Amino acid sequence: MDFRFGPEEEAFRKEVREFLDKELPPGYEPDTLATMEISEEDFQFRRAFSKKLVGKGWLTMHWPKEYGGQERSHMVMLAYKEETTYRRAPGYDIIGAGMIGPLLMLYGTEEQKKRHLPGIASGEVMWAQGFSEPNAGSDLASLQTRAEEKEDHYLVNGQKVWTSFAHHADWLFFLARTNPDPEIKKHRGISFFLVDMKTPGIEARPLANITGGLSFNEVFFDNVRVPKENLVGEKNGGWAVTNALLSFERAAVEHPTEMKRLVDDLVAYCNQAKDVRGVPLAKDHLVRQKLAKIAVEAEVAKVLCYRVTWLQGKGEVPFIESSVTKIIGTELQQKAGQTAMELLGLHGLMEPGPKWARLKGKIGNLYLNNVGWTIAGGTSESQRTIIATRGLGLPRG
Amino acid sequence: MDLGFTEEQEMLRKMARDFLTEKCPKTHVREMEEDEKGYSPEVWAEMAGLGWLGLPLPEKYGGGGMDFVDLAVLLEEMGRALLPSPFFTTVVVSGLTIAEAGTEEQKQKYLPLIAQGKAIFTLALTEDSASYEADGIAVKATADGNDYVISGTKLFVPDAHVADYLLCAARTKEAANKEEGITLFIVDAKSPGISCTVLQTISSDKLCEVTFDKVKVPRENILGKPDQGWPLVKKIIQLGAAGKCMEMAGASQAVLEMTTDYAKERIQFGVPIGSFQAVQHHCANMKVDVDGTRYISYEAAWTLSEGLSCAKEVSMAKAWVSDAHRRVCALGHQVHGGIGFTKDHDMQLFFRRAKAAELIFGDAEFHRELVARELGL
Repeated sequence: MDFRFGPEEEAFRKEVREFLDKELPPGYEPDTLATMEISEEDFQFRRAFSKKLVGKGWLTMHWPKEYGGQERSHMVMLAYKEETTYRRAPGYDIIGAGMIGPLLMLYGTEEQKKRHLPGIASGEVMWAQGFSEPNAGSDLASLQTRAEEKEDHYLVNGQKVWTSFAHHADWLFFLARTNPDPEIKKHRGISFFLVDMKTPGIEARPLANITGGLSFNEVFFDNVRVPKENLVGEKNGGWAVTNALLSFERAAVEHPTEMKRLVDDLVAYCNQAKDVRGVPLAKDHLVRQKLAKIAVEAEVAKVLCYRVTWLQGKGEVPFIESSVTKIIGTELQQKAGQTAMELLGLHGLMEPGPKWARLKGKIGNLYLNNVGWTIAGGTSESQRTIIATRGLGLPRG
Repeated sequence: MDLGFTEEQEMLRKMARDFLTEKCPKTHVREMEEDEKGYSPEVWAEMAGLGWLGLPLPEKYGGGGMDFVDLAVLLEEMGRALLPSPFFTTVVVSGLTIAEAGTEEQKQKYLPLIAQGKAIFTLALTEDSASYEADGIAVKATADGNDYVISGTKLFVPDAHVADYLLCAARTKEAANKEEGITLFIVDAKSPGISCTVLQTISSDKLCEVTFDKVKVPRENILGKPDQGWPLVKKIIQLGAAGKCMEMAGASQAVLEMTTDYAKERIQFGVPIGSFQAVQHHCANMKVDVDGTRYISYEAAWTLSEGLSCAKEVSMAKAWVSDAHRRVCALGHQVHGGIGFTKDHDMQLFFRRAKAAELIFGDAEFHRELVARELGL
């Protein structure tokens, strides 16, 4: 048993810190802590910053060398994510370098790899993920977007929803129904496609989320012609491809690391903010208990993330462990947001702008944003059912 | 980073699991609840023979020279089996403390006794104040020639009624700062003036009231520094807290297994209750707590074992596990329904012990305060 990172990982951590010290503007902070969305300014900053990451080879550090990657280990990536996340710095391209890149390496044809991997690796091409539909959320397999096979293309009609950042994306990967036969199992009639967002008939319409910010989209397909060479894997074999995607399940160390940063910020705040009698909040027993509770839960979430990463490093696919970690990490975010709001009281209602805003007025929107964490990426309920049935072997209802 | 176990640790675990399955079935746990001693001297002797009592003690004194993580593996199995034994107070709390802070004479005198199973030790720390803070210690020890004279009452002392020695924390000097003036003594339980009564508790443990009535303790029995014993007491609390977390980890896992087994077997409305989503989600919540408990406990054990500064990790573990194990036991009861509420069912064995484990060596609130200090508040 050893909870330490190895010398290679620690050396890399140091390198990342020095890089961030040098490349991030002093006192850098994103416009919002609501990480499900991004402001236009932050988006442009991130795009520019990703060039620097590309320069270090870090955008694709986990890729095989054959595809221009550095073949860095899962543990090194974990250390990297801890460093960049704690600094709230851009560091990682989840959808592109994290998902579709590795997926094409597994399932893509040579042409697909040649066509798409360089653009992902250079950070030039942005991708979005089109899975959910208005009538297919937790029950993804029931999706209805239709892809009809024609001579040299698939004709796609339908609609996706919750497509994060589709309004910025150059390409989309999505699931569509290629076999509508009601007799077959739903998931057996699904195919996995790639499509250029400039293809005639595709329209991304941003949706404002609870904070009013733009994060996800509706994506409409109106007689969109998707070339046959954009099918990934077998026709009607899309579900297996999707499962492979889910097996790249990140340890989601972002959640406990963001919370560690938030706790540190709140400690600093409580050490100087005073209550109505002039006593620093940090002296209040309840304040101490609440902050410690978040810090403790963040540590538990962290070691469970380490477990997922350690198992991945051994070549395992820690499906159940990922579900456990997702539940604890996302619910932690919500508890932490609530604690932060309790500490700020009425001040927590303010947004950035008013001169009275505390902690830069960012806690209110963080609190709102956190509502989505137990829903996105597989609801807590779905995760619990997976743990119970696939993990603990309880019979399906 | 490696969150797995060595081959030796896996062998230790298997041996412990096999031994305890045979020697400590639930019938034994129940028998010991009614037993005057509360443990089996035969099992104790066998554990000594297996080298368990000296496991973490230096080889020089007859121990196994193994580390706290190895001990943690053993404690996890003991917790799983609900082993009623003075092992914890003797080995984890007292043995490791004497190994850490004893003089050479003290180590040579006491550690071989512990390793060979020839002496039972316990810790007399808490009092009516029921506090693990320095302020909680009021029992006085007054210097008298070459001796100290201890008077006062200790409460919640585990296994004191069978102990041969007690590590007693007493106040030897009055000071404005209550953390000063505390001394730890190794007290022979046969000393005149000591009386011991087993307290009736809901947790079926042998927590005792120990009254010291002008008990003479020779100066050479001071463990650590006279008047400056508080740092050592804090270390003992860390050892106890970390060790208890490991026991709770084993117990939590046992409760999860028992509960999922029941959910698969119990039929209502024509189907196993485990097919109902509410029950499934209870079990999933237990799993999250069980996994969190296991890994935060091992992190604490490992940090302690490495000799690293571990105050934060140990307190984080005890804060989390104290509450998490309680939650697991509560959900275990809920899933078992009426039958789990009976004395005959094993679920209550876990639930009642979970409460004691939650409280001993500091509950969640106590440890969260220590965490708050570590955070810089």
